[in-house]
Amino acid sequence: MSQAIYDNFIKDDRWRYITDGLQVTLEVTFFSVLIGIVIGFLVAVVRSTYDKTGKLKVLNAVCKVYLTVIRGTPVLVQLMIIYFVIFGSVNISKVIVAVISFGINSGAYVAEIFRSGIMSIDQGQFEAGRSLGFNYVQTMWYIIMPQALKNVLPALGNEFISLLKETSVGSYIALQDLTKGGDIIRSRTYDAFTPLIAVALIYLALVMLFSWLIQILERRLRQSER
Amino acid sequence: MSVNRREPLIRVENLGKKFGSSTVLEGVNVDIYKGDVVFVVGPSGSGKSTFLRCLNRLEEPTSGHIYFEGTDITGPKVDIDQHRQKMGMVFQQFNLFPHMNIMKNLTLAPMKLQNKSKEEAEATAMSLLQRVGLADRADAYPSQLSGGQKQRIAIVRALAMKPDVMLFDEPTSALDPEMVGEVLNVMRELAREHMTMVVVTHEMGFAREVATRVMFMEGGNFLEEAPPEEFFGHPKNDRLKSFLSKVL
Repeated sequence: MSQAIYDNFIKDDRWRYITDGLQVTLEVTFFSVLIGIVIGFLVAVVRSTYDKTGKLKVLNAVCKVYLTVIRGTPVLVQLMIIYFVIFGSVNISKVIVAVISFGINSGAYVAEIFRSGIMSIDQGQFEAGRSLGFNYVQTMWYIIMPQALKNVLPALGNEFISLLKETSVGSYIALQDLTKGGDIIRSRTYDAFTPLIAVALIYLALVMLFSWLIQILERRLRQSER
Repeated sequence: MSVNRREPLIRVENLGKKFGSSTVLEGVNVDIYKGDVVFVVGPSGSGKSTFLRCLNRLEEPTSGHIYFEGTDITGPKVDIDQHRQKMGMVFQQFNLFPHMNIMKNLTLAPMKLQNKSKEEAEATAMSLLQRVGLADRADAYPSQLSGGQKQRIAIVRALAMKPDVMLFDEPTSALDPEMVGEVLNVMRELAREHMTMVVVTHEMGFAREVATRVMFMEGGNFLEEAPPEEFFGHPKNDRLKSFLSKVL
């Protein structure tokens, strides 16, 4: 056991594959979530504006195509298309390719989370805002969005967690993330068990940590309501 | 713009509203003058709420015109948000903003739309809260209030914009019976101060007491209009008679 740990992690500083990989995984997840939130927010606003007012017809159609394509194809295929097809002839960092891919992918799911949040707010709130003289955008901004955001924060947290795990498919374009780090050690030491279990445990610990944080957040939000 | 007694504050001309193929309002004509306390009564489904909601275009009229303070607010280039600031509205379901405390509920619109300073908006809000006896609840959240308190707050939220007319859409219908009185008191007070009011309600006794004009709506138009004594004492229209015999 201690020999296995020595061979897989200590010898030749192999632990660096794990720590460097972990850093890449967290970076990719974090920036993907940011892009996903920005895209998701914009798409959700377009979609719910169309649902509520019938305006933005063309943009709504574009958003619908985006949602259908992204949610209808595997993320791995999307990642490979962006890496090998779109950036095929460009020398670009794999981290950036991964962030773009996962961001675009996550945006589609976040958009539907936001949209359900917006649509869950009672129409009376909207009418109250408009009746005071707020225009559509102001009503959204001051009255609907703060309530919607609060309702969807837990769902957004879950999206972050699934994205964290999803980034492991980045190994397919040889992104040196946590999963790839474990895999490289495996190929050096011919020991599959130790590095892969270690990688799995790290993912598990991260997910448990973030789930716990989301729970705290949820409890806080519920408290502020009463 | 000055509004003299001869010129109506709100003039409704040939107003029509259809939802899909069903006609809710047709050919409605009304003039509402400054200081009028107009009560709109009628059976449910008669179109009275739709009529009220058309006045500030929460429902988009499908035909006709509405003039508010001399401006056709149904016109294509009208900035309806500007006019809505002068038309306070109170809803059956209160619709307070649950994510803000009472003070914020009252100061949000004056600060954002009328560029009032925080101090000014809060001073106005405080004096309004005192008027309705809820000054001690300024820091509370809507969920901590009773229905009657919520509706009183909803009324002062609209008043904080210093509107020229107040629209009430069944303001007491969602309240427990013992809370109706406190809301009616606030409205009675407003009527006494000659606030122009249009009230859709089922509270016939209150209409009789406070209204300057009572209007009976059925089937998408007004069938009778009279001062309250005459309206309730000597109704002319047969359908109004049968309606009153059921509700009084």
